[in-house]
Amino acid sequence: MLYKLIVLLPVIGALIGGLLGRWIGHRGAEIITSSLLVLSAILSCVAFYQVAIAGQGPEEAITFFRWFDVGAFEADWALRIDTLTVVMMVVVTGVSSLVHIYSIGYMSHDPHRARFFSYLSLFTFAMLALVTADNLLQMFFGWEGVGLASYLLIGFWYKKPSANAAAIKAFLVNRVGDFGFAIGIMAIFFVFDAVDFDTIFAKAPELAGTNFLFLGQSVDVLTTICLLLFVGAMGKSAQIFLHTWLPDAMEGPTPVSALIHAATMVTAGVFLVCRMSYLFEYAPDALYVVTLVGAVTAFFAASVALVQNDIKRVIAYSTCSQLGYMFFAAGLGAYDAAMFHLFTHAFFKALLFLCAGSVIHGMSDEQDMRNMGGLFKYLPWTGMLMIIGTLSITGVGIPHTLIGFSGFVSKDAIIEGAYAVGTPIGGFAFWIGLIAAAMTAFYSWRLIFMTFFGRPRAPIDIMSHVHESPATMMIPLLVLAFGAIFAGIALQSLFIGSASEGFWGDALLVLGSTGHEVVEAAEQGAHDLPNWVVLGPFVVMLLGLTWAAYWYLKRPDIPERIAANRGLLYLFLLNKWYFDEIYDFLFVRPAKRLGRFLWKRGDGWLIDGFGPDGVAALVLGTTRRAIKLQTGYIYHYAFAMLIGVAAAATYLYVKAVGAL
Amino acid sequence: MNSSEMISASFTLVLPEVFLSVGAMALLMLGVFRGDRATRLVSWLAVFLLFVAGVAVLQGPELRTLAFGGSFVVDPFGQFVKILMLIGVALCLIMSMNFIREEKFERFEFPVLIVLASLGMSMMISANDLISLYMGVELQSLSLYVLAAFNRDSLRSSEAGMKYFVLGALSSGLLLYGCSLIYGFTGTTNFDVLRETLIPGGLSIGLIFGLVFLLAGLAFKVSAVPFHMWTPDVYEGAPTPITALFSAAPKIAAMALLVRVLIWPFTDVALSAVPEWRQIIVALAMLSMVLGAFAAIGQSNIKRLMAYSSIGHMGFVLLGLAAGTQEGVRGVLVYLTIYLVMTVGVFACILSMRRREGMVEDIEELAGLSRNHPLMAFALMVLMFSLAGIPPLAGFFAKFYVLVAAVHEGLYTLAIVGVLASVVSAYYYLRIVKIMYFDEPAEPFLSPIGGEIRLILGASSLFLLFYVVFAFPLLGVTDLVARSLF
Repeated sequence: MLYKLIVLLPVIGALIGGLLGRWIGHRGAEIITSSLLVLSAILSCVAFYQVAIAGQGPEEAITFFRWFDVGAFEADWALRIDTLTVVMMVVVTGVSSLVHIYSIGYMSHDPHRARFFSYLSLFTFAMLALVTADNLLQMFFGWEGVGLASYLLIGFWYKKPSANAAAIKAFLVNRVGDFGFAIGIMAIFFVFDAVDFDTIFAKAPELAGTNFLFLGQSVDVLTTICLLLFVGAMGKSAQIFLHTWLPDAMEGPTPVSALIHAATMVTAGVFLVCRMSYLFEYAPDALYVVTLVGAVTAFFAASVALVQNDIKRVIAYSTCSQLGYMFFAAGLGAYDAAMFHLFTHAFFKALLFLCAGSVIHGMSDEQDMRNMGGLFKYLPWTGMLMIIGTLSITGVGIPHTLIGFSGFVSKDAIIEGAYAVGTPIGGFAFWIGLIAAAMTAFYSWRLIFMTFFGRPRAPIDIMSHVHESPATMMIPLLVLAFGAIFAGIALQSLFIGSASEGFWGDALLVLGSTGHEVVEAAEQGAHDLPNWVVLGPFVVMLLGLTWAAYWYLKRPDIPERIAANRGLLYLFLLNKWYFDEIYDFLFVRPAKRLGRFLWKRGDGWLIDGFGPDGVAALVLGTTRRAIKLQTGYIYHYAFAMLIGVAAAATYLYVKAVGAL
Repeated sequence: MNSSEMISASFTLVLPEVFLSVGAMALLMLGVFRGDRATRLVSWLAVFLLFVAGVAVLQGPELRTLAFGGSFVVDPFGQFVKILMLIGVALCLIMSMNFIREEKFERFEFPVLIVLASLGMSMMISANDLISLYMGVELQSLSLYVLAAFNRDSLRSSEAGMKYFVLGALSSGLLLYGCSLIYGFTGTTNFDVLRETLIPGGLSIGLIFGLVFLLAGLAFKVSAVPFHMWTPDVYEGAPTPITALFSAAPKIAAMALLVRVLIWPFTDVALSAVPEWRQIIVALAMLSMVLGAFAAIGQSNIKRLMAYSSIGHMGFVLLGLAAGTQEGVRGVLVYLTIYLVMTVGVFACILSMRRREGMVEDIEELAGLSRNHPLMAFALMVLMFSLAGIPPLAGFFAKFYVLVAAVHEGLYTLAIVGVLASVVSAYYYLRIVKIMYFDEPAEPFLSPIGGEIRLILGASSLFLLFYVVFAFPLLGVTDLVARSLF
């Protein structure tokens, strides 16, 4: 009942807010959806305690009803409750409820608030359906549900053309990933004859190393399946090649960015890989790809974030980069570290986004950091909280201990773990992680310095209106800040430390030796992890901080000059490695050309021309000729009659003679 | 039986025709003595006469009976068609009464001529001999020529009568030539004798020529393409009630005659060989359906449009005849029944298109009828949907039966052409509905439209709308009737 309530409360809120919004008014919709979600979040915490800490989770899946039963194809609506699920539940309902409350203040001027809250709750429901899924089909339902909610919320301000374009882009790019995911599910059904996790996980070891025919090639079963699933994960989690939608998705309202495009939906891919660890562990080649893609994304996104000027885009690329960390951790087998980073990341990234929202709110919808600066004395609370978020994401803490901000605990565990794995790909991930950490520090502090310090660059009339946000917006920020500071220290031992085995239970499967075990051992003094590895992340963080401080506090003319010079590297980064341009050239324009061809020539000329239009023209032509026959002259009429007689007589005569 | 007994027996068989002829002469006398003031009385008496004739038809023998030495036949087929024809004539007569007064040509000869025309049609339907056939056709035609030109002050009416007369004379010539060829090659004019002499050996070439000419003459009467050219001009020019009469009763009578001539003497039912005439009928049917559909699209005058519409519908009836089976004949009969109802209904509407300045005939004048006269618009919509053949209205079933009959006989091409033509024709029927319901309203028509007309319009649209209720009795009757020809 508890678990069912957690999942169903948001959808009840969404239905009430969406369908009855007219009657209960905006205030009613806000209160109902928000309070239902807060209730759901509290229940999630209870569930978290029961399942993960007290170990009293339900033995079996909780079934609502049977959904499909066609031959061997069976699927239930059921909840699979294990540690992985409850961790996600806490993240999703927690951040969602905070975002709901925050939105009451943030969206207070919007005329369509009821719809907005309905969408938010709908999203939460879909996300919960995704994380509680007991089979791949239900997961796919949630997967598509969050995609839909994301589409609706990005395009929430539907009168803005850029928002509509961004919504469509997000939907289409996700479709590429979903296509892979769908094929993966079909392949799983083809191989396993089932889509529910228990059956799949039980059978996976038998199938390791076997081959099957895919696209005419004989390929490894599990590797293929895992790669297909990973394509889905790449789309949803905005990994390189399928990342282009995430920065554009910032067109949506900022609370949406915080909830969907930072804390929850984009982490669905990481969740998927962890959930399917029972498969991925038997497909080392697929894990290799996961690591590679994750590492490259971490580097790529961080590099682009260095030069962006839109405050939300910087954080969006930062999200992309942090997701890369999670993926390469998962790829190296450290699913627990990936999930831990996912958990802490939800706090500090949601905090950063909501702070950015507070800044934007205070600056009358200005998003360009070049027009900010010196805001700290106007927005002291927001500034403080945003610095806390930055300290967390850049990983400030005391090396060789576990004392530090959340980001320090979880990110350093990933980086050190990558080194400790000891394989070439692990080493690669380690170095990339280190470089990306330096860049993270640089761009995060650059954001703080450009926004809150230096001289004000905004026009006077905007500066005179700058105001701190109302309490409904600040309280969620405080809660998140609390998490951003303490979540790492408090939960380290559960997620990746000494108690992690009991914590995760059967939710994750790890076959080989993984980095975090090595780290754990190192921390207990049994193993020797080189000193520079432990100090490395801290040092690069300081490096990035110093550099950013020097450039943006002391010598702001240097970055300005670099921007003005428009050097090749600068332009390359500013234009996000030209991904959008390349895609435009490779896919968008040919598709448009093909569409145009099919429309103009295929449909307009061929089908319409010979179909409806052609027939209509033919009918009209025939009609005109038929009318012309009717001249009005008697001798024409008589002539027609005689021709008729002659023709009939001739025909029958020829036929009769022929028959003789 | 001596000859006087024979003649008196024959007279009891032709009782309806006797009523009609004697009554027509009596009405003529009444008119002569009372003058044009008596027109309305004469009209109602004519209607009564038609009713009495109908009763007399129903009193006739149940089995096929010959009279006057085999030149006249009374059978269920003839009785059924005669009833249809009499109903059609009577309804047209009723609808015409107010019209001829309004249009100022109220003369007593009008109803008398109509009664004489129905006498001719009755003769045609019962003809069992080439001579009696010709007699009936001529009596009918001569009356109709005069009726077409009845409004002699109107140029168009006179032109219509003239054209009809000249072309009718030509067709009579063709018909007579065909008759003489048939007589020349067989030595008989009687259908029963023909039936016995012709069947075994098939038709000789001379006979085929005779048949072609005979068919040409009859095709003129049913206005099948290419013998249809007179139809649009005459329909447009003739006074509207006469147009209604043209498109209903004579078509039915001529079609019945055509069916009898082709089925009784010229079809070998037992040997089930393909009759020689089928090719001609197939060609006529195809051309009629196609031309009726296409040419009607370009019309703006509703009477002209109905002319092409009736050409198309006659094509469909010929499609049933082309099958040449009992099922086909049944289809023909059902089709004629429904066609009669639809035609009378539509003309009731056309007769209601009155403005202060007189009758209007342009389709555009119907614009916005749904707002000015919602009930009339609805009735006309039902009529149009039925004419277009949209289920579950009667017009759909009419087409369905003849198509099924044709398909059973393997006439696939013909059936497909029929369906396609039906699709094309739906366009102009639906256009009228569109004009009535979606165009900006034109000036409303004068109301009230006469009570009889409203009654006829309402009854016909109700029949079409609830045809399914009447379907089974009608099918049963027509099935029995069609059997009498085989």
